[in-house]
Amino acid sequence: MEAMINISGLSKSYGHKEILHNVNLQMKRGNIIGLLGPNGSGKTTLIKILCGLLREYRGEIVIDGHPIGVHSKSIISYLPDEPYFAAWMKVKDAIGIFCDMYADFDVERCRELCKRFDIQNNMLIKTMSKGTKEKFQLSLVMARRAKIIILDEPIGGVDPAARDVILDTILSNSFEEQTILIATHLIADIERIFDSVIFIQEGNITLDRDVEELRQETGKSIDELFREKFRY
Amino acid sequence: MIFNTNIPIYVQIIDDFKKRIISGEYGPSDKVLSVRDLAMEYGVNPNTVQKALSELERFALVKSVRTSGRYITEDIKIIQELKDQFINEKVQTFITDLKGLSITDDEIIRHIERGIHNGSDD
Repeated sequence: MEAMINISGLSKSYGHKEILHNVNLQMKRGNIIGLLGPNGSGKTTLIKILCGLLREYRGEIVIDGHPIGVHSKSIISYLPDEPYFAAWMKVKDAIGIFCDMYADFDVERCRELCKRFDIQNNMLIKTMSKGTKEKFQLSLVMARRAKIIILDEPIGGVDPAARDVILDTILSNSFEEQTILIATHLIADIERIFDSVIFIQEGNITLDRDVEELRQETGKSIDELFREKFRY
Repeated sequence: MIFNTNIPIYVQIIDDFKKRIISGEYGPSDKVLSVRDLAMEYGVNPNTVQKALSELERFALVKSVRTSGRYITEDIKIIQELKDQFINEKVQTFITDLKGLSITDDEIIRHIERGIHNGSDD
């Protein structure tokens, strides 16, 4: 089957500094893919290009059979690595905005998730703790019935108990044939939900494999392999 | 269930199924949960569960019935074979370990008898 995301020969530079170097990747439909690399390896840059937020690059990207543009943007639900709410917004305001902006937004599902995370409609977003803010943002992003979900560091700020709920949420969504790309450096907590992993190191893809095959071949966990590869 | 991430997860799911079949928790002809439910229960990727189930079908421990889902085999002979094989493997490792330490057959048997006896007192 044709890949959901097809990247060939992608390079991206800021001035003389090359952030991504000749990246070639195919991401399969319905897969949960881990994008793993240390800080500054190019994860967020790659994600921003896929989401259509950075437009200057070399190479070719095809998403769901189309180049990056109106179609790709409409089918990608994106969780950025930093919150983006305005200071005055309450939970219900943000939910309202998502209802207006995205035809695929399932408000019932969003309310369900908020309830699970103990987030109330009248809470002011800016006064939430970092973890609660992340959970709320994830509730919004996961409530879109989008073909592709891209999560940039979704579990960074939350406690281990909330991590499990978040992983459950990601898993229960994945049954809808969604392709889910998750950038993270917290691998041990999350590796059980991946189909495949991509290692990115200084803008180069150094590994792109099925996780179960990797475990079979190496007798190691993805976390261990990552630590070996990225030892400072 | 906590997985050891050094070993393929589907292999661990297969082992878990085998143990449940051996213990009788999953009886002959019992309906198997859907891939979706199993994935949620195990907290793993649905494709991983799918792979484990395909293997279990290959071993004839699980049968897929078109339109109605999957079932544990109704063939008691297959279940008995699984059980025998499981016990045999455990016993063989155990004996090999002890014999490697020059422990005699008599001693091994004496300790097993005592162990079983003590265990049944609990």
